[in-house]
This record gives sequence, C-alpha cells and structure tokens, in this order.
Amino acid sequence: MTAGKTSIVAFSAVAKAYGNVKALNGVDFVVDAGECVGLVGHNGAGKSTLVNAIAGTIGTDAGRRTIAGQDLTEHSVVLAHKLGVRCVFQELSLCPNLTVAENARISHPSLTGWGSLRRADALIVAKLDDIFPGHGIRGDQIVGDLSIGRRQMVEVARVFTQSVDPIRLVILDEPTSSLDSHASAQLLAYVRRAVATGVSCIFISHLLNEVLASTDRIVVMRDGKVAVTGATIDFDREKLVAAMVGIVSARQNSVAKQRRGDAPLRVAVHKKHGAAGNDLDAKAGEIIGLSGLAAHGQSNLLVRIFQAASRRDRGVDVTATVAVVAGDRQTDGVFPLWSVLENIAVRSLSALSSYALISQEKQRAMGETWRQRLGIRTPDLGNSILSLSGGNQQKALFARALASDAQIILMDDPMRGVDIATKLEVYALIQEEAAKGRTFIWYTTEFEELENCDRVYVLRNGKIVAALDHDEVNEQNVIRSSFGEAA
Amino acid sequence: MSSTASARPVNRTSPARWFDLSPTLLRTALPFVSLALMLAAIGWLNPRAISYMGFNLMLSLAIPVALATIAQMFVITVNELDLSAGFFISFIASVSVTMLHDTPLLGIAVIAGAVFVYAAIGALIHLRNLPSIVVTLGMAFVWQGLALMVLPQPGGKAPAWLQSFMAVHVPFVPFPIVAAAAIALVVHLALMKTSYGAVLRGIGGNQAAVARAGWSILHAKVLAFTLAGVFGVLSALTLVGLSTAGDANIGAGYTLLAIAGVILGGGEFMGGRVSAMGAVAGALTLTLASASLLSFMHIPTDWQTGANGVILIVVLALRAMIERRPK
Amino acid sequence: MNALRMNAFVRTLPARPWIWSFIGAAIVFLASLLITGGAGAGGIVVAALSLASFAVVVGMGQMFVMSLGPGNVDLSLPANIGLASAIAMKVMNGSDSMIAAGIVAALASGMLIGLINYGLIRTLRIPPIIATLSTSFIVQSIDISYGRGLQVKPPPGFAGFTDLRLLGLPVFVLVIIVASIIAAIVLGRTIFGRSVLAIGQNMRAAWLAGIKVQRIRAVTYVLCSALGGLSGALLAAYFRGSSTDIGNEYLLMSIAVVVIGGTSVAGGRANLPGLWGAALFLVLLQVMLNTFGADASVRLVTTGFVIIAVITAAGGRVAER
Repeated sequence: MTAGKTSIVAFSAVAKAYGNVKALNGVDFVVDAGECVGLVGHNGAGKSTLVNAIAGTIGTDAGRRTIAGQDLTEHSVVLAHKLGVRCVFQELSLCPNLTVAENARISHPSLTGWGSLRRADALIVAKLDDIFPGHGIRGDQIVGDLSIGRRQMVEVARVFTQSVDPIRLVILDEPTSSLDSHASAQLLAYVRRAVATGVSCIFISHLLNEVLASTDRIVVMRDGKVAVTGATIDFDREKLVAAMVGIVSARQNSVAKQRRGDAPLRVAVHKKHGAAGNDLDAKAGEIIGLSGLAAHGQSNLLVRIFQAASRRDRGVDVTATVAVVAGDRQTDGVFPLWSVLENIAVRSLSALSSYALISQEKQRAMGETWRQRLGIRTPDLGNSILSLSGGNQQKALFARALASDAQIILMDDPMRGVDIATKLEVYALIQEEAAKGRTFIWYTTEFEELENCDRVYVLRNGKIVAALDHDEVNEQNVIRSSFGEAA
Repeated sequence: MSSTASARPVNRTSPARWFDLSPTLLRTALPFVSLALMLAAIGWLNPRAISYMGFNLMLSLAIPVALATIAQMFVITVNELDLSAGFFISFIASVSVTMLHDTPLLGIAVIAGAVFVYAAIGALIHLRNLPSIVVTLGMAFVWQGLALMVLPQPGGKAPAWLQSFMAVHVPFVPFPIVAAAAIALVVHLALMKTSYGAVLRGIGGNQAAVARAGWSILHAKVLAFTLAGVFGVLSALTLVGLSTAGDANIGAGYTLLAIAGVILGGGEFMGGRVSAMGAVAGALTLTLASASLLSFMHIPTDWQTGANGVILIVVLALRAMIERRPK
Repeated sequence: MNALRMNAFVRTLPARPWIWSFIGAAIVFLASLLITGGAGAGGIVVAALSLASFAVVVGMGQMFVMSLGPGNVDLSLPANIGLASAIAMKVMNGSDSMIAAGIVAALASGMLIGLINYGLIRTLRIPPIIATLSTSFIVQSIDISYGRGLQVKPPPGFAGFTDLRLLGLPVFVLVIIVASIIAAIVLGRTIFGRSVLAIGQNMRAAWLAGIKVQRIRAVTYVLCSALGGLSGALLAAYFRGSSTDIGNEYLLMSIAVVVIGGTSVAGGRANLPGLWGAALFLVLLQVMLNTFGADASVRLVTTGFVIIAVITAAGGRVAER
C-alpha cells in the first residue's frame, strides 16, 4: 500500500494520436489510493487508449504519466505490472487449453519450487470463492471447456490474485459483459470491498447504473478529452447521457429522405426467428445505419446478412447481390500481397473475364474508373496495396464493392481512422450510388455518419433495441438506446 | 446448485444418454478405448496372444514407436511440426550400430552433438520466425544423408548392453507394457504436473499471453526441441536394441507414424492440446493394428500401413462426432 | 536510367528468392561444365531437364495446394504416384492402343484420391496434413497390394514417347514446359488462380469478397492429386515400369521445389518459373556432386542445407509481416 497522499495514477496533459486521429488530446486524469473511478464515454471517446496508456501497453506522444509516484516514460507493461497495475480486458487472455490453476500459475512466474502449481490452484480458487461465492469452478477444469461467463470469472479472479508484486490499481474494462446479474452483483460488491482496503479501481461499463452504483467518482470522456468529472453522488442517468453527448452539434443540412415508399425490399431481418429484437427492412435506394456501442452484434448482423445472400436463412431475406466493405482492413479486407488493382478487381473477376481469362484491359479500365471516382492517391494501380495510406486502402476496399455488380453494400464501420476529407468524398459517393438504387447497410461508430442514413437501428447485446427514423437520429437518442439498463 | 453466470440453458428434451458425458472426458478416454477394443479384437481372434509371451512379441516394436511419438508430441505442444524425426532416428540408429559399438565415447559425443543440433533448430525456427515444416524438411535431407555416410550398407552391430536391455524379462508383466507405462507416466508427470509443463502447453494455447506474463518463448521452444531430440535418441537406441543391426532407412516411416500416434492419442496440431498417456496408447494401437491384428485376421502384411490409415480416420471421425454434438 | 532500373532490380532480389534458384542452377551448371571440360554438356542438360520436369509436374500440384495458406500440404503424393503408375501400366497392359485409357485411369485414380483428401478435411474438420497423411497410409497399402510384382512394361509407343526428341530436347519435357506455362496463366489470369491466391492470403477476406472458398479448395486438392496421378504414369514410362516406391522421393522433393522456388509457405504467393529454377537447381546440384564423385549421402546433406539456407534467407521478411 502506498503512502496515503500519493495518487496511484496522475496523468497531466497526456496526448496520443493515431495518424490524424487524436485519441487522447491533453488528458488530465487522477486516481487516488482507495478510490473507484468510473470511466464512461461513447465509442472513440478515448477510454481504451487511456486505459492502455495506464497499463503500459502503448506509449504516448506528450504529457506526463505517473504511476504510484514513478514516471512512465516509455510503454512498459512489465514496469506498470511491477508498480501494481492489473487489467481485465474485454478479449480474454487465458490459455484455453490449460486448466484454471495452470493459467493462474503462468501469470505468476515468481512462484517457484515444488508445489507451485498447487499453490497457484489454492490461490485462484480462494480468490474465486472470495469474489464469486458458489461459482462452481474447479481449479483442474480446462478453461476452454468453461462457459464464457465462467471464463470471465476466472479472468477477473486471476487479476486479483497476488504473489509478489503488490496490487494497487485494477482496471476493469467491461468486466460484466459476459456475467449474469447475480455474478455481476458479486463482482461489484467485491470491488467495493477491495476499494475499502485501499486498492484503487478504474471501472468501465456500458451499464450506467453499474457505474452509478459502484464508483466514487465518474470521469466522462469525449473526443479524446475529459469532458466532465465529479463525485458519483452528483450524477444521475440523464446527467451522464447529457455529459457524454456534450453540446449538441449544429445539424448539417443533410440530404432529406422522403421517398422510396414503393421501392422493392432488399433485406429483411425477421424478429421471430431470433435474428434480432426488431424487424430490419432495407429497400432499394435506402441507406440504413446500424449503431450502438462497439461490438454489440452489429458486425455479426452484417455477416449474417452476407451469408443469407448465398445460403437460405429463415430469419433473413436477401433479394439481391451483396458486397462487403470491411472495416477491419487487416483481418477482413486487404490482400496484402496484391497490388491496388488486384485488390479492387477481386470482387468482379467473372465480370472481367472473357474466354475464361481475366482481361487485363477490362481490369485496368475498371481500376482507373474507380481510382478517379474515389480519388485513390497512388501513382500506379500496380503498386502494392500496402504502399497506400490507411485512408486510401479503405478507398480501394470501397472501390472493390462499388465496382462490383452488387446491389446491396454492407459496410462494417469502414471509416475508422480515415481523414475527414476522404470521408466527405465517400459520403457523397454513397448518396450518389443510393440515388441510383443501391442499398447500403452501414454499421458506424461515428454519429455524424448516421446523419447520412434514412433509418438507424441501434443494437445492444446482439439485439435491435431501437429503430430511429432520419429525423429522430441524434446523439441523445442513440446514446439513450445504446446504454441500456442492467437486466 | 450455485447460481452462476454461466449456467447454460438446460436442454429440456434430451434424456441422459451415454454421449451426454462431458466431451472432454470422452475425448480423453477415446485413445484408451481404441486400444482396449484393439486388444479385445486380438484376444477374440487369437486368445493365446493375450499372454506374457504374446505381449512380449506383439508389443516389443511399440517401444521405439512410443518414444518417437513422444518426441513428436513435444514439438507439436509448442505449435510446431518435425518432419525430420524419422531420419533423425535413422541417423542415431546408424551411429549406434557403428561408432557407439566400436568407439563408445565418440558415439556418445556424436549423439550429444545431434541433440544439440535439434536444440539449435528450435532456436533458429523461433528467432527467425521460420515455418518449422520447411526447416525440418531440410533437416530430413541432412539426417538422411548423414545416416548414409555413417552406414552406407545395412549392417553394423548394436552394442551388447542395448540388446540385453531390450531383452529384459520382467516377472509377471511383459517388459513392453512396463516400459510403455513408465514412459507415459514420466512424460505425463513432467508435462502435465509441473509448472514448466504448463508453460510449454500454454505456448501452444496462447503464446502472446505466456510471453506477456514474462516467460521466455525462445527458452521454451529450445527446450521442446531438445526434448524431441532426446526422445528421438531413445527411440533409435531401443529400435537398434531390438533389431540388433542397423540400416540407414530404419526409421524412415517413423515421422508420419509418430504424427499419427500423437493425433490418435487425442492431440491436436494447434492449440497445445496433447496427451502423453494418449500418445503412448496411440502408438501401441498403431503397432498392434499394423502387425498383430492383421496377421491374426490373415490379412497380408501389404495392408499394414493401410490399417494405420483406417484407424486414424475412424478415430478422427469419432472425435469429430464427439465434438460436433451441440454443447 | 538503366542503372537505376538495375539498382531497383538488385534491391528487390532478396524479395524474389526464386531468381537465386536460377542463378544457382546456372552456376552449378557452369561448374559441372568446367569439371568435365564441356564434354557431355548436352547429356547433362537433357538428363537434368527430364528429371526436373518430373519434379515440376508434382511440384505444380503441391504449389497450388500450399498456396491455399498455412497448414495446406499434400502428403499423399508419393503413394498416389505409386498407385497411379501401377494402374497406368496395368490398364495399358503393354498395348499401344490402351495408352490413352491408361493415362485417363491414372488421372482418375489421382482425382479420386484428391476428392477423398478434401472430403476428410471437410467432414472431419482436420488439418490437411492429417487428412492427406491418413489417405497416404491407405493408398500406400492399396498400391503395395495391387502393384506388387507387377512386371508390366509400358507399351512401346509410350516408352518411346519419353525418348522422342524435338530440336534435341525430349518431347515430354517440352510438353511439360507448355503445361507449366498454362499453369502460370491459370494462376495469374483465371478466376480459379486468383481465388487460390486470395484464399491463401486471407481466407476470411476471400470469403467476404465473394469467393467460393470451399469449392476452390476442393478443386485445388483434386488438381494436385490429378497431377500426381499423371506423373505416376509418366514416371512408369520413363523408368520402363511401375514400382511401389517410384514416388517416394517426391514427398520431400515436391515441397522443396515449391519452397525454394519462391512460393510462400504462408500462402497466397506462388511462382511457376521459380519451380523450374528450383527443380533445375536441385537436379543439377545432384549431377554436379555426382561428377565430383560425391555419393548419395553428400548429395542429400547438401540439398538439406540448401533448403534451410534458402528459407532462412527468405523467411525474415515473412516474420516482419
């Protein structure tokens, strides 16, 4: 335990940029010993960047970072760990093929000698008993065989086990996302007990009442800055939502959507087959937005629609050809060994073929057309796709979908990390293509983009929880629907 | 019942049946059930085979196969693959019937050097992030060539002590069974019950998590390859002890046989899921299937390898069925 | 200007390991000419081309399979080749009129093995290595049982075909050169080739880009095995009869020519000219070591070190990805 006066975390004017995006833009952030701080904000507000900076998994560009009185200069997970910082991240970091006890053993290299496995076993089981009484997990169970909820319990309990280095600060990033209400309550109660013994805590959750119920102070982030901070007692749900939204930005004079009452239906998601909580309809010429907090099932819904185009799905009807614009370029989009041209052409190979051969001329003509329409900046379409900037790679992926014969374009948050000029160009193009009758289904984490949509569906925990017409789309409504109440 | 987060919705319609057992348990049991079925089939075809002498005859060749399987298992544990194992065994066997027999010290030095090369290959693969398949493919050529250099013609003579060791008779229980059980137990304890064993398997499961906790991946991969080398040596020595003479191609079939043994034993290529006990059971099953079962069924020896293929497919199909059941 | 281009070329050399295989082949060839004083150069060329072309046929199939991404490799090729050689000889039965039927039978046997390979991969959801390993065990036994003691000689027309020369080169080598040009076109200019390379780079992205991933994988495995069957028939003609171990050396050889030829083990990058370079390099290396008087053991060790050296030199870049 530290001397009472020292803050565990003291950040001043910390900044971090990814390309053009300022993820942290001069953040002052303090956590005192024995304090539980709730960290809230909408997608892209800078929460995870801040948390990663504290855990030492990333470096920062400017400002001063102090943990337990020591300056962090570079990013050093090891140092942060030594100083007592522990993290539970959303993606699990357990070895699925090992037992619960072995996972605990691996995270404590300092345990040595005979019987260290047994001691690790005792340590983790005792901690599970402490946090989740009646958890029903044995130390010799293989983690991969546990349900996702129990895995998350192990993950949480492991963070609280202590061998040599003291635990001063525990960062819980959506720790209850896979827990049911009973286990969530157990965890929150434990956090309060731990805080009472002097451990500090940073708590991130999309369930605002969890934050309101279990923290001492709340920090609201917006656009890479701390927007509001204050004692939890001074907040309620409405105030939090208002703080996250900020001053309502002047509405752009967006393209009015009146039309298309009689356009043919392109995509229908039926609620009765468990596809989602609400019906989703997308007609020809419509731009449909999917919103909500990140990773609440939007991408899965897009994948399901994509699958339904080639394989019958009783819950989803798709009546035209489909193309995808990936958002995660590395895993879903780019073919890294190929040129820009080949990356654009891959969705249209049969259209480009004559006599079983892909016509180089047609391919090049198509590439040039779309290079001009999208303004892809490259001296030669034959250059490697990786020679392009991120924004231009993304344009190539747009070109791949738009150049194809697809009438339905699914977009999986494609504008992440793209500069504003590119965005505006692409928005205009999307409107243009929609006017020609193409249907867009567009998952986005950015509010401004929703303004382009005829209708927006908000998803939470994999279900559609709200359908907002163009006129109803504003930050307030979206945030209100995104942050549900605990079950 | 503890009401925990994870209680899965109970399937109301399905009554409890044998296949409602935990998939983990079924998976773990599968290699032993296969072995038991194999023995039962042999006993049914030829009751006299299930005897002290019968086991000695049927299973003696299982020992080198089991050791080779364990060697391959260590490499698979850390998500790599060794295509050179069989030719390495050939090389060590060739050294054993020549140098180790004629000039024991030189023989020991050469064998130790070969194990060191194995360790170095592990380091090379990790440091340069090379595909282990290709590097060990190259090593397969190297060991094959070295074996031919040492022993251009089949022949040589196994050291007497090796021959007498392999001819040991243990009272009541046949020696091959004792040896197989001992190998399985030792490796099981080392890999499943020690901390470092957990680290090795953890690398197969989630290398990034192990590295983040502060363990050296290089150290672990070098250890895995060293152990593979050591068990390859043991396999070669027992093989020579049985055959009494050597041949530069004596181990050629062991690469694929050992991979099959690991898989039969419940192991998987990726993900650090391996079982030492299962691997030894898999090796015994393969040996029994390819030699004893066929001869008792009066099927020509032509079908030896084919029997291995059939067993592999049947067991993998059973495993796929176990895993595909909705959880 | 030219110097600039030359510079750029030299700088990209390490990125094109297959060029080294041609350079290596040339050096090795010149060295063996020096030793022999130029005598028998024609003989060396013809022998090397003949042997290399067999490696290329098998290597082409393996290359398509390995281009599908990490873990894809066909271990059943040697058994497949052995069985196809026996089937071809038996169907032809020494009669010129049955040559076509024999080749078709060899191809069919190969394609069936490919279908089984893919069927196992798909239905049992096991890594291709294990699937092709299981098939290989069974096919090997069928081959031993079916082909043992088979003393059928190839029909004179078929055997004579392997001796047929055009412009001093064996006609079957020319045919294989043409076939590999076609394969290069298939790889670079057809939907199938593009799809294979896309799957090898990123299976999920390929699926999202509308590629029929499973169909393409199935066709690739069948194609590879069909080429194995074809080379079984050709080898039987070349060596004047089938044998069960006729394909044995092609397991390691097929992977070696693919890797040295610049095809990425991680998938998505394949190279046909490199296949020829690598095959010629390895074969000429053997020939040269032979003329040095080195025996099989030295040749094997050298081949092994060459493979490791090439992958170590080329592999660092893969690591950076």
